[in-house]
Amino acid sequence: MNTNKVIQVKELTKVFGDFTAVNAITFDVEKGEIFGFLGANGAGKTTAMKMLIGISNPTSGKATVAGFDVFTNAEDIKKNIGYMSQKFALYDDLTVKENITFFGGIYGLSRKRIKEKAAILIKELGLENVANKLVGSLPLGWKQKLSFSVSLIHDPKIVFLDEPTGGVDPITRRQFWELIYKASHQGITVFVTTHYMDEAEYCDRVSIMVNGKIEALDTPKKLKEQFKVDTMNDVFLKLARG
Amino acid sequence: MKTILYIIQKEFKQIFRNKGMLPIIFVLPLIQLIILSNAATFDVKNIKFGYVDHDHSSTSRELIEKFSASTYFNVHTDFPSEKLASQAMLNGEVDVVLEIPAYFERDLQKEKHNNLGVTINAIDGAAAGVENVYVTQIIQNFNKNLLVDLIQSSGSPKIQPINIVTIPSFWYNETLNYKTFMVPGILVLLVTMITLFLSGMNIVREKEIGTLEQINVTPIKKSQFIIGKLFPFWVIGLGLLTVGLTIAKLIFNIPIIGSLPLMYLYTSIYILVILGIGLFISNFTDTQQQAMFIAWFFTVIFILMSGLFTPIESMPKWAQIITEFNPIKYFVQVMRMVMLKGSGFMDILPLLLKTLFYAIVMNGLAIWSYKKTN
Ligand SMILES: Nc1ncnc2c1ncn2[C@@H]1O[C@H](COP(=O)(O)OP(=O)(O)OP(=O)(O)O)[C@@H](O)[C@H]1O
Ligand SMILES: [Mg+2]
Repeated sequence: MNTNKVIQVKELTKVFGDFTAVNAITFDVEKGEIFGFLGANGAGKTTAMKMLIGISNPTSGKATVAGFDVFTNAEDIKKNIGYMSQKFALYDDLTVKENITFFGGIYGLSRKRIKEKAAILIKELGLENVANKLVGSLPLGWKQKLSFSVSLIHDPKIVFLDEPTGGVDPITRRQFWELIYKASHQGITVFVTTHYMDEAEYCDRVSIMVNGKIEALDTPKKLKEQFKVDTMNDVFLKLARG
Repeated sequence: MKTILYIIQKEFKQIFRNKGMLPIIFVLPLIQLIILSNAATFDVKNIKFGYVDHDHSSTSRELIEKFSASTYFNVHTDFPSEKLASQAMLNGEVDVVLEIPAYFERDLQKEKHNNLGVTINAIDGAAAGVENVYVTQIIQNFNKNLLVDLIQSSGSPKIQPINIVTIPSFWYNETLNYKTFMVPGILVLLVTMITLFLSGMNIVREKEIGTLEQINVTPIKKSQFIIGKLFPFWVIGLGLLTVGLTIAKLIFNIPIIGSLPLMYLYTSIYILVILGIGLFISNFTDTQQQAMFIAWFFTVIFILMSGLFTPIESMPKWAQIITEFNPIKYFVQVMRMVMLKGSGFMDILPLLLKTLFYAIVMNGLAIWSYKKTN
């Protein structure tokens, strides 16, 4: 096995009843890469991601994440990955600090480490003034940044971000991508879905999913060449229209 | 272990931060106890009483005199034979028939004890239970050495509703105060309903808001999560028992004859059953609404079949078998036994073991059906 490939997926499929949400997708993700996972609404991105992070059993196919098999070693995968879901999933009725403490705690960090992490994280995100405020009272952009940082609290090898910037203003989106780059520089592999094509340009490589299948996969530059267009937006439109 | 503590800490924070929750936990019990125990009174008046006296002695007349003197029994018919008496019962002309055997006086004096037959029309099971108590009380006061034999009234199949009911627990409520009888039972409902609803809703709520998924992507063990989740509700359940017992004692002046530690021991196991059920429900539902409906469904059945309002003995056989699976029934029995009768550890041991078994099965099922991966 190539140790540089932190995610290896082969013919991975998920069927709900008689509907195939993810149809035999095959791809690899290199260590340290920012991998963009694009697709229209309902293309099957979230479903595919859930199989990779071990909370959804694949119907068939093969996949390893951080060297562990999604079928047999889902719990080992979980030690090595962070996940930020499409839906905001921190506790609105806990404060910023309490959320950090809780997730640090269930990842098994020591009290001391949690304290350190919380301090760094709050400073980095500029949340000093609201550290003891309930998360529910924060603006969406702040929540998303917090949620991203919390998903990195246990220093995972790979982080899965499902539309992390959905509904966020352009400035905050920019800041968010700075956080992503920073994580990437630290060697964390980033697996990210988005509907913003400008964000697709920031990725090292992108795949485009259409109706459960991966229809294109390459660097943004090569994809644009391949489809003879100037922007990722046009690549996407060409593919999605079929 | 440390992981569990983080969950417990978080859970308590959320519970006490939820402004709607605290009143539910601590004010509702008070209101429920006061309203229900006052409304659910079983006082039965104007019981139509009849007797068959085969003895015609001064003792038998004296006993019948006691019934005449009671304010609960009013019509008094002297039936010449059992046959006529049961005919009258069929026609609804009489609710209770006391049968005094021949040589009643002689045997009582000679052998120091004797048996009496009592037939009660149990169309209304609850009323029959109460009548049984009244009859027994009067007879016991008359002579402690008399044993009351409840006779299965022999009638044609069409008079099915007539049968005999005994509610032993009534015997220990000597003042015939129905609050004394109801309060321990209502206490049971309270502990059950609140812990079931809170625990069931709680986990489904995390499903709804998506935090459960966030927890499922962490390497946390199922058992750690479940223990951490359920422990706070276990504590709340015992807290409720404490609030309830305090109210029972201070407001209703209910005697607590048995051992308090024993009640807590039993309750602590009982709550595990309820929490297991709550978790089980939450594993099979996606929204708080669904969970609420299912929890209600079971609670209503459990309550109706608990022996709290209708004596189990007056239920049809199949229903009686179902009640064997009703945890509320056990809890009601134990509370009445310990609170009102002063039963000890050995007396409730069989119920305790059944409950423990139930707890193991329910929690086993709950843990098994809780899936981190779908
Ligand atoms: N549990 C499920 N049962 C049945 N169908 C499902 C289930 N989960 C997802 N689907 C279906 O699978 C398809 C893919 O859904 P998925 O959420 O993966 O899309 P997506 O690419 O993430 O879309 P979006 O951009 O809107 O987030 C959709 O048609 C959805 O309705
Ligand atoms: Mg999605």
